[in-house]
Amino acid sequence: MATDIKHTTERLDRVVIRFAGDSGDGMQLTGDRFTTSSALFGNDLATFPDFPAEIRAPAGTLAGVSAFQVHISDHDIVTPGDEPSVLIAMNPAALQSNIGLLPQGATLLVNIDSFDERNLTKAGYATNPLHDGSLSAYKVYEVPMTSITQEVCKEAGVKPRDAERSKNFFALGLVSWLYTRPTEPTIEWITKRFGNTPAVAEANTRAFRAGYDFGETAELFESNYEVQPAPFAPGEYVQVTGNQALAWGLIAAARLAGLPLFLGSYPITPASDILHELSRRKEFGVRTFQAEDEIAGVGAALGASFGGSLGVTTTSGPGLDLKSETIGLGINLELPLIVVDVQRGGPSTGLPTKTEQADLLHAMFGRHGEAPVPILAARTPSHCFETAIEAARLAIKYRTPVILLSDGYLANGAEPWLLPDLDTLAPIDPAFASETNHTAADGSEVFWPYIRNPETLARPWAPPGLPGLEHRIGGLEKADGSGNVDYDGINHETMVHLRADKIAGIAKDIPALEVDDATGDAQLLVIGWGSTYGAIVAAVRRVRARGLSVAHAHLDHLNPFPANLGEVLGRYRQFLVPEINLGQLCRLLRADFLVDAQTLSKVQGVPFRAGEIEAAIVKMLEGAQ
Amino acid sequence: MTTTAIPVTTRKDWTSDQEVRWCPGCGDYSILAALQMLLPDLGVRKESTVFLSGIGCAARFPYYMNTYGLHSIHGRAPAIATGLASSRPDLDVWVVTGDGDALSIGGNHLIHALRRNVRMRILMFNNQIYGLTKGQYSPTSEVAKVTKSTPFGSVDSPFNPVSLAIGAEATFVARTHDMDRAHMQEMFRRAHEHRGTSFVEVYQNCNVFNDGAFEKITGRDVRAAMMIPLVHGQPIRFGADGERGVVQRPDGRLEIVEVADAGEDALLVHDEKREDPSLAFALSRLASGPYEPTPIGVFRAVDRPEYGEELSRQIVRAQEQRGAGDLGALLRSGSSWTVS
Repeated sequence: MATDIKHTTERLDRVVIRFAGDSGDGMQLTGDRFTTSSALFGNDLATFPDFPAEIRAPAGTLAGVSAFQVHISDHDIVTPGDEPSVLIAMNPAALQSNIGLLPQGATLLVNIDSFDERNLTKAGYATNPLHDGSLSAYKVYEVPMTSITQEVCKEAGVKPRDAERSKNFFALGLVSWLYTRPTEPTIEWITKRFGNTPAVAEANTRAFRAGYDFGETAELFESNYEVQPAPFAPGEYVQVTGNQALAWGLIAAARLAGLPLFLGSYPITPASDILHELSRRKEFGVRTFQAEDEIAGVGAALGASFGGSLGVTTTSGPGLDLKSETIGLGINLELPLIVVDVQRGGPSTGLPTKTEQADLLHAMFGRHGEAPVPILAARTPSHCFETAIEAARLAIKYRTPVILLSDGYLANGAEPWLLPDLDTLAPIDPAFASETNHTAADGSEVFWPYIRNPETLARPWAPPGLPGLEHRIGGLEKADGSGNVDYDGINHETMVHLRADKIAGIAKDIPALEVDDATGDAQLLVIGWGSTYGAIVAAVRRVRARGLSVAHAHLDHLNPFPANLGEVLGRYRQFLVPEINLGQLCRLLRADFLVDAQTLSKVQGVPFRAGEIEAAIVKMLEGAQ
Repeated sequence: MTTTAIPVTTRKDWTSDQEVRWCPGCGDYSILAALQMLLPDLGVRKESTVFLSGIGCAARFPYYMNTYGLHSIHGRAPAIATGLASSRPDLDVWVVTGDGDALSIGGNHLIHALRRNVRMRILMFNNQIYGLTKGQYSPTSEVAKVTKSTPFGSVDSPFNPVSLAIGAEATFVARTHDMDRAHMQEMFRRAHEHRGTSFVEVYQNCNVFNDGAFEKITGRDVRAAMMIPLVHGQPIRFGADGERGVVQRPDGRLEIVEVADAGEDALLVHDEKREDPSLAFALSRLASGPYEPTPIGVFRAVDRPEYGEELSRQIVRAQEQRGAGDLGALLRSGSSWTVS
């Protein structure tokens, strides 16, 4: 027995851990549990779940590899990390598909039991990489995870074949030891989660403990590591994913407006979790409708809006294609509607589980006719909460469909969130019409559905139910004021301008664009939108650490742009626009402001690494010298 | 919403100030009149009544009703109405559609509305032609029909709308025609009373692009011989003197017979409330087009939970069990921690 071994504990300021295994190995769960115990321990963190579209691709194949990357630190961090410092590879395929991400000297924990000839062949290895010297640049630890798990679970009351399924908890235990995580939260969680199947709870607990003890007692490891809590602002925190925060933001928005929430949606990756979350929250008066298709989802939402609900539909790219016609109807009816697009790789079915930002121009222009809508984008998982509220505010105040852009990275990624003070959230006034608003030629008092608020150009919202306000609206062009069908060309031009001016006028009602220009002497402005926020912030910090000046501005409102955007752009000489597309925001900036903005593009289904943006900034600054 | 007595109204109160713009002689006029005259008798309020439509000639209907109305996009009215009706159970929701709108571009929404049983009445004006786009064949046009888009004759098999609705789990299915106001009003009244989705096919004449499509059965001189009235609890018989009737053969097949030959006792007694839809379906198959004796009336009227009510019930139950939602507690539904 090696119980007398004394390990040293080294302190790290941060670590990036990547769990990788078969889709059926429970890597997402393992990563999520590690994240939670780190959050409770007080680390700052960011996560990046990275999984295939197939639910269970053939076991052991490269197609079936599922990974979860988590970055924990003792200081403020904004990305899930560029390069994993440690990779847990449950099988050869997981090693093969992730080894390229590791820097030299990284730590590799492999489940040696799975490195048999069959699995090696499936992963495309001609020789065993553990023996052929190809891993010499890494610190490799070979751990018999499966066999130890099976051994310790013998008496847990589960069948040997089922015991093998607990090996992810062994891995979690081992990594928990390696990074001195508290064990109690995980054991408590296992007990609760598997309460209905005590044998499974027992097996998982034994596997977890065995993994932890293995680290402690095996003579493999010279030391383990600790990452101290990060200095967070005081307050109450939760760990939240983008989809969760978005669902909660919708519930909060409906409450702030005093409106019932109606969600019409069709299941689609990676947006379905919003539908799931809202379906669970019926006590908030939420009506969720799983429609027959994407078109019916948005149609039902618009119908509910006509009836005085806050109508919402959630989808991803292919669904946004299908909803276009109904969004156009919403623009013409001038009714509130929130369309959430959790972007994924396209075109067509594309990369269902991978992130992309390539729907911006679709949101801007993807409808026939002159059909503008406000467009918002969330920066981080928790930012989805306030973005949902802002979407509701604009939809209700301006009687318009609003497109909210999230993406696969935000949807599934998690971060600690300082809970907002709910009492400080501003109420949203639905300002329903309550009386007639026009005197007809015969002197009678009537209701005209298109008499506009001169300030906002918004029309009255008069859900059915009030006597005297009966009115008809539709997708045909209508006369302003009366709303009666009108095909006159001059009237059409008036209406096209009114609808455009209404949306453009929102610029007066949104916050000015803030610029982070720490030294005030930067010549290069990095300008981004959506989920590139974290990577840009990290890159800008690194560039500044080199003694260089660079500014960063991030657009949450993409249509209309903040009123001061032109003035901000006027202050800089160089512009870098990192986007997970081929340069969509960049194109808008160039078109609207005649600036020589440059795209930094990446479309690999994964977020930017901070290092990639850092390198592009430095290169641009050098080029300017 | 209000508890005051329902005001007495007349047809005029239900008529909007918009000029009706269907072609002169269109069957839609008589359907509009039938409904506008019926509504004062239904005990409903104008402000709680909503007409929704998609695209097509029939879809202009809401503009002519002095109620709340929404003229939407092609085929989508049942979906839009589902959102409205299920979030506003206090409203009286009607969908007016045509054979192209409901069965072609909107077929998916129609069948799902029917199976869900959301409280709305779908009135489908069937003229077996595309009118608004000026005369192409529709999903109810007969095989070999020559139209602008089928100059050599259509090779598409048509839908039988009543069969389709019954197959889609509809709880209320009826058929009427634009030549008989009293019958239309009776069918609309029944559709209105039904708890759930009601589907009424209205044979409607398009006098411009498909004139006389239903004349062989709706013409005053042939009606008695060509229409088979369905009356719940009554033997199914027709003809000027009730001389013909419907019997069911041992293999389940329905057949039209001379009552004198078969005997009155052999006639099939219509049961619109029968759970099993096979008999209603068999009745819908008696005629494959408006050239053979065609059943008219209520095929099926069965009770099934209504979607909006069930949705509301889940909300009430959740609030009883968990209390009205607490936003602060919601945000803490995962694990939370405090930094001091």
